[in-house]
Amino acid sequence: MIGRARLVLWALLSHWRRHPLQLAMLLSGLMLATALWSGVQAVNAEARASYAAASDRLGAGSLSRLEPAPGQALTTADHVALRRAGWLVSPVVEGRLRAGSARVAVLGIEPLTRIGLTPEADGPGPDPTGDLHGFITAPGIGYSDASTAAILEGVDLGGLVLRVDPETPPNTLIVDVGIAQRLLGLGDQLTALTLAPDQPAGLPALARIAPDLVVVDPGQGGADPAALTDSFHLNLTAFALLSFIVGLFITQSAVGLAFEQRRPMVRTLRALGVPRSEVLGVIAAELVLAALLAGAAGIVLGWVMAAALMPGVAATLAGLYGADVAGTLALRPVWILSGLGMALAGTALAGAQGLIRTARMPLLAAGQSTAWADATSRSLRRQAAAAMVLALGVPLCLVIGGLVGGFAALACGLLAAALLLPVALDGALRLARRRVTGVLGSWFVADTRQQLGGLSLALMALMLALAANIGVGTMVGSFRGTFTGWLDQRLASELYVTARTEDEAAALRRWLAPRVDAILPIWNADAPLMGQPGKVYGVADHQTYREHWPLLSARPDVWDELAQGRVVLINEQLARRHDLTLGDDLQLPGGALPIAGIYSDYGNPSPQAIVGLDDFTRRFPDTPRLYQAVRVAPDRAAPLAEALRDRFDLPASAVVDQHQAKQVSLQIFDRTFAVTAALNVLTLGVAGIALLTGLLTLASMRLPQLAPVWAAGLPRARLARLDLLRTLLLAAATAIYAVPVGLGLAWMLLTVVNVEAFGWRLPMQVAPGLLARLGLAALLTALAAGALPAWRLARITPSRLLRVFADER
Amino acid sequence: MSDIRSSGPRAPIDSAGDRPDIAVSAADLVKSFQTPAGEVPVLRGVDLSLVRGESVAITGESGSGKSTLLHLIGGLDVADAGTLTVLGTDLRRADDRTRASLRRTGVGMIFQQFNLIPSLTVSANLAFQARLAVRYDPGRVARLAADLGLAALMDRYPEQLSGGQQQRVAIGRALAANPPLVLADEPTGNLDEETGDAVAGLLLSLVRQQGTTLALVTHSPRLAGLCDRRVHLRAGRLA
Repeated sequence: MIGRARLVLWALLSHWRRHPLQLAMLLSGLMLATALWSGVQAVNAEARASYAAASDRLGAGSLSRLEPAPGQALTTADHVALRRAGWLVSPVVEGRLRAGSARVAVLGIEPLTRIGLTPEADGPGPDPTGDLHGFITAPGIGYSDASTAAILEGVDLGGLVLRVDPETPPNTLIVDVGIAQRLLGLGDQLTALTLAPDQPAGLPALARIAPDLVVVDPGQGGADPAALTDSFHLNLTAFALLSFIVGLFITQSAVGLAFEQRRPMVRTLRALGVPRSEVLGVIAAELVLAALLAGAAGIVLGWVMAAALMPGVAATLAGLYGADVAGTLALRPVWILSGLGMALAGTALAGAQGLIRTARMPLLAAGQSTAWADATSRSLRRQAAAAMVLALGVPLCLVIGGLVGGFAALACGLLAAALLLPVALDGALRLARRRVTGVLGSWFVADTRQQLGGLSLALMALMLALAANIGVGTMVGSFRGTFTGWLDQRLASELYVTARTEDEAAALRRWLAPRVDAILPIWNADAPLMGQPGKVYGVADHQTYREHWPLLSARPDVWDELAQGRVVLINEQLARRHDLTLGDDLQLPGGALPIAGIYSDYGNPSPQAIVGLDDFTRRFPDTPRLYQAVRVAPDRAAPLAEALRDRFDLPASAVVDQHQAKQVSLQIFDRTFAVTAALNVLTLGVAGIALLTGLLTLASMRLPQLAPVWAAGLPRARLARLDLLRTLLLAAATAIYAVPVGLGLAWMLLTVVNVEAFGWRLPMQVAPGLLARLGLAALLTALAAGALPAWRLARITPSRLLRVFADER
Repeated sequence: MSDIRSSGPRAPIDSAGDRPDIAVSAADLVKSFQTPAGEVPVLRGVDLSLVRGESVAITGESGSGKSTLLHLIGGLDVADAGTLTVLGTDLRRADDRTRASLRRTGVGMIFQQFNLIPSLTVSANLAFQARLAVRYDPGRVARLAADLGLAALMDRYPEQLSGGQQQRVAIGRALAANPPLVLADEPTGNLDEETGDAVAGLLLSLVRQQGTTLALVTHSPRLAGLCDRRVHLRAGRLA
């Protein structure tokens, strides 16, 4: 029986030897689908591994922490008091250290008390206890990965010995808690005390020993990068799934054609005595073989793609979420297996229909391969009904809400639109048939309608790719437009100056005062806002804010009230996350204030609030006051910046002009969406291949339709030109159809998904240039896909066409 | 010789199925097809026996049930009623696997549309059924190819052959496994008269040479006349 199965497999595989292009389409469809899927999964896995490593390293993944209550401080004395009372706690210092234009996270730990808190706190990574004395005594030893060590090169770390440890989280320096306090200029302040989960019995109550500390449970803090970036990864996964589906359309097309072309062979095999179950088993084995081959190639391609995308993703995560992720890629078995799994599942999906048809195929039925290409009105009606059901799912998913609900609504909407495309095209062709009068025109319309069934999958793939491009392109364009306008408002001052010390800041202000129109101190302090880590800013009362600040909603006298310290402004994220509106009270260190304004704050994942400058100094008396904006005539900004740097020997990064700041912000923005742009192009490319597959598929099956027209006097070259024209017309119609679908997608992304993911709502800005570019891209894709089949048709031999009429065909 | 009975009083022929000299024994075979217009009876009670080694032509008008009868004998389809024993196998009770096994090892099928495997060469097509039946004998295949005039065409693909050449390959494939029974459904129906006569002559001479039983469906009185015996189907019954 094994010998027989091998013989049957050999016969089935011989089909591919005779149709290598078809085999290439099948494998490339699967390979591309797997590559796009597994590539994105590799990126996601890498990022999540970085978060997990960071979490493990901090020992904060599952441990509760003691943090100071709003307006209070946590010092080494609190730590000592708790240890003496028997509490098992370990001090942690966290902060950011400026290194040129970069900022490196500093994590200060106390190795002796940290050991034994939990097994995970002793997890992999640098082991400070190896050289404990060196680690805890000045100048100390610091651990970082190689790229962070390179960033820190040349930075004055007070003689700290840097050791490279690959398991240290990216962009992080781990030092002893005392060294961290010194590097960050925190005196004896601590950020938190990590609490061991199992504490000795009979301890005195925390509230008695440390009344100014609050217990923060894991996950409650809201600053966990894994939680913050979930939306981004879901976004990428959704894109990968879309590309996977488009890739599967190619596979489905190739597999469908192979099944149809091999129906007579399958019938012959069965007539010659091969049982149905054996034929099905061998076909399934053949599909598994193809899935494994293409899947393996797809994983390699996905790896290459992921490696190319990873630096962009790392930039995105740092730019949008402040999450530190390594820009390189590690090989992880889990995504290899998931890639192969997806390839197998995709092949099963693409091959299921063919297998079922083969299983049900009566041994003696006539093999009508054209049946596959028929767009019967019954199947169109079924498609329309399925589209209606999916369309009904859109509002239902929106009612469910959340990010998953938003994406589910998008998926329902897109699939419904895709299923309706052949119905719409068929309707348009019906209308055209009534209008067209000439013989050739009538034949052209009728022939196009006949081909619609065979091309519908490819056209659906093209439509999905175009709609995704329009949707995401419009979203990014709207984002960029709004962001640019917002930058103009937020960065209204001509210069931004950061001093190294408070004394230097005071000297700077004194020097600047007679030379500029205004100095606007911008001081900030970390503070919990609605239970989440956030920032409170103090701003001066100045016309700059009154004229430029991007307020979304505000009370009429907001700036007067702010200057008097009677109200607070909050960012959109905070307002949306906690459903806060004007007039609600916001709890702040030093007392609550009513909210008088809500402003847009794109690119910031954390809550933020603004109070008047005097109010700020009252609430945060100890905060270093180092940062200020400077108003000066625009033409004087550059020489003033130069003079300031010379006078105070400031590094270049300490004085930033408005133009420079905007450039940097826009660069970060563009880098942030580079990944999306790359995926857009890839999806369109895959759709082009799907169209080529569909056209090649049809080309081999439609000779019986073309031969009579050729025999009636239409030259082959003209037939080929008409074929190409048909492809272009169908692509153009698909592109027109994709415009409202894409804009609907953009609307959903902007009003549902973005609000859920980032907490901002952006106004939609339709870019006609983008639509024109994509229309052109659709036509070029169709031209590229249609050229080969048309060329083949133009060069087909008359004997090939004549064979259609021969009895022996 | 064979025992051919048309409808009428049903003679008990069960014992014929057990006789070693009987290759095919059918009694009161009934077969209908479901169509959108309703059930269409095709065979209305056919009794037929084929003795080993004889060649029988089955003739009749289009729609009289000739091909259906051949398909039932070949195990390609199952009768609705009656009994049918082919080479000792009760096909009314046989499952899909048993019928497949009979086709593989006991029956050589020749179709009007040739039904060659288009992606295999002439040589591979000729050997295919013999290899399926695990009776592949390269020498026999080579002799058959020579007898059928195919020796020079062994590396060609079916689409590179004429209709007559393709039908010769189909005959060679059916005989390469040396089956005791060959069923040919209009083997010359797609060929011109001259080619058809040549192909039919070859088929008959080969089956006689090998002592194979042949049931041949044809419209051609000339071809039917070349067979040992001829039965005529009319409206689903043997006339």
